[in-house]
Amino acid sequence: MIGNLTNTIEMIAAIVGNGFRALRRDRGALILSFILPIAFFSIFGTIFGGRGGGGTPRVSVLVVDQDRSTVSQRLIQSLLQEPSLDAYTHPEAKKGEPVPPDYTAASAEAAVKHGDSPAALIIPKGFGEHPIAFGPGADRTPIRLLHDSSDPVAAQMVAGILQKVVMTALPGAMAKLGMQYFEKASGGLTPQQRESIASAISRQPTPPSQTGPPGDTQLIALDVRDVVGEKHNSMIAFYAAGIGVMFLLFTASAAGGSLLDEAESGALDRILSSRVSMTTLLAGKMAYSALLASAQLTLMFLWGAAVFHLDLFTHVPGFIVMTAATSFAVASVGMLLASVSHTRAQQGAISTLIILTMSAIGGSMFPRYFMPETMQKVGLLTLNAWAIDGYTKVFWRDEPILNLAPQVAVLVGGGIVLFLIARRFARRWEYS
Amino acid sequence: MIDNMIPLRIGSVVKRFGGLTAVSGVSLDVGERACLGLLGPNGAGKSTLIRSIAGRVLPDSGTIRVFGQPAGSPAARAELGWVPQDLALYPLLTCRENLEAFGRYQGLRGKALSGGVAWCLEWAALADRANDTVKTLSGGMRRRLNMAAGLVHRPRIVLLDEPTVGVDPQSRNRIFEMVEELRAKGATIIYTTHYMEEAERLCDTIAIVDHGHVIAQGTKEDLVAQAFGGRSDVLMRFASTVQNAAAWAVERGGTLEDGAAHFAVEKPTDIGPLLDAAIRDGLEVIDVVLRRPNLESVFLQLTGRDLRQ
Repeated sequence: MIGNLTNTIEMIAAIVGNGFRALRRDRGALILSFILPIAFFSIFGTIFGGRGGGGTPRVSVLVVDQDRSTVSQRLIQSLLQEPSLDAYTHPEAKKGEPVPPDYTAASAEAAVKHGDSPAALIIPKGFGEHPIAFGPGADRTPIRLLHDSSDPVAAQMVAGILQKVVMTALPGAMAKLGMQYFEKASGGLTPQQRESIASAISRQPTPPSQTGPPGDTQLIALDVRDVVGEKHNSMIAFYAAGIGVMFLLFTASAAGGSLLDEAESGALDRILSSRVSMTTLLAGKMAYSALLASAQLTLMFLWGAAVFHLDLFTHVPGFIVMTAATSFAVASVGMLLASVSHTRAQQGAISTLIILTMSAIGGSMFPRYFMPETMQKVGLLTLNAWAIDGYTKVFWRDEPILNLAPQVAVLVGGGIVLFLIARRFARRWEYS
Repeated sequence: MIDNMIPLRIGSVVKRFGGLTAVSGVSLDVGERACLGLLGPNGAGKSTLIRSIAGRVLPDSGTIRVFGQPAGSPAARAELGWVPQDLALYPLLTCRENLEAFGRYQGLRGKALSGGVAWCLEWAALADRANDTVKTLSGGMRRRLNMAAGLVHRPRIVLLDEPTVGVDPQSRNRIFEMVEELRAKGATIIYTTHYMEEAERLCDTIAIVDHGHVIAQGTKEDLVAQAFGGRSDVLMRFASTVQNAAAWAVERGGTLEDGAAHFAVEKPTDIGPLLDAAIRDGLEVIDVVLRRPNLESVFLQLTGRDLRQ
């Protein structure tokens, strides 16, 4: 009985030992088992944990002062000092050029529409006279909040932070309003008392830059408006592009991997002994991969149109341009992944690592505007980010095709560069 | 004969892989309609030589010309049909689709392509399986399709690299018939194998390759005559109890392979003295065979090793 048990344990130990020995010699499996989880842990940690990204993500907001009163200037000063916001009163100056003029209501709205910032606050004329009020229906001049609803979080954050800033930025207005309520309730103050209180209110210091937790007392009236447009299911185009590109990359990797299958079976040798050159073969593989990617993206967007009411049919030209550029770029990544790998297993491991990393930081898994600024910039190194930005321009911002030039240039240019690198690596298959 | 009339001319080809010299100064001329057998053990350099002819291996030195054109050039590729040792096919495509694909890779279009495909399907006896995917075919059928895929463009020179590896005897016979049909149609064939019976049956000239060198070349009769003259091969087996058979065989000019002593004798009556010597020395002989040497004997004689080693 004990002998049998010992034998069984020894057999199990042998099986375990063989498993580890095989794993040690299979680099692909080793990478998938250990390096991939660590890589992803690090990526998500950096995105959400703030490490290397400068802490909590800040919301960008443009501020327009139409009131030009002391109160409005004090409010703007507080908004500029607010650590949760990146507030701008004018566009950033280019190097060596003078500071551009302040935003106007029109230029701020255009900037939000263009996607430069997810929100803009316009402080209207007369705001300083009645900046705040307690309770609904009170007499106050509303601040206009223009926003881009493709970033559903930004507008809510700006609104909340604005209420908090008012509490701390305008103590004088708060006290004045409080005194008015007190007078109404107490039956009036003597002229001396009123003068003494007014003097104290005017001596209130400028608010400190750091304040307590945000409040939601709705002291300030907000006139909120989505300037990009009323759209159904605004995020569908984003997810179709984001998820689509990620899966396209996997498909392109598999399609490129057929090169490795053919190299292993000997078919590649036979093909290259015919009149087909290596460049022709790679171009053919890439064309197949790009066409497959186009078909996949088309199907995804058609599904989005049929099921989620995505407005595909009024954006056909932009969709075609972005789909062609994205498919080309994705196919080139597939070619490169295949040509740098020596075996299918190796290609599988490298592809999984690179594609998931690109998708995480490029915004395929969650929007880049949720990420710290540094990560948003790093994301621009991925084709996912450029593809998603392009599709967002088409489906969300209704921008003309010419405005897709930066995205198309990066995707096509990047695709050409990756193809040339893949061609260079493929030289090892040409001759022995 | 002018250079561009000679189907294949190989001059002093050398190919090294790191420290290993796979092909060492091989020179060969192959005439029109000839069938040259490259006979040698695994690792002798046959496949490297074939791949060099097909333009897939760049020799370190030497020249290879196909009808006067350098190997690997488009003109040379058009004249060559290479059947690699591996099953170099698309497993998810049908027989017809595979042949069409490889035909297009050779630049065939229209009737030339459909005619080439139809001929290949008939030649490989796969017409009734034309629309079946490769993965549903038997091993022998896959081998035949592998051969056909190299010939869909009707090349004048056919390179067959061990086409019968891993096939059953029936399929092997079918492949022999296919090669014989090619010969009858006037193709020039270079056939690598380490099976001497294949070389004997199919090839009119044979080059014996070992360690990258062509160590002998000629018809089977030439090779036997070169190695053995008019001598015959005597094979003598002993009882398993015999301990010193090897030393005994070597003393009398023979060798011991697989427990059997091999001797070359000028005439059959020379067996008598060998038997007398064995009895005198106390060796228990259990079997004696007298045979004319074959290519395997030639190889053993030239290299001291068995073809299948």
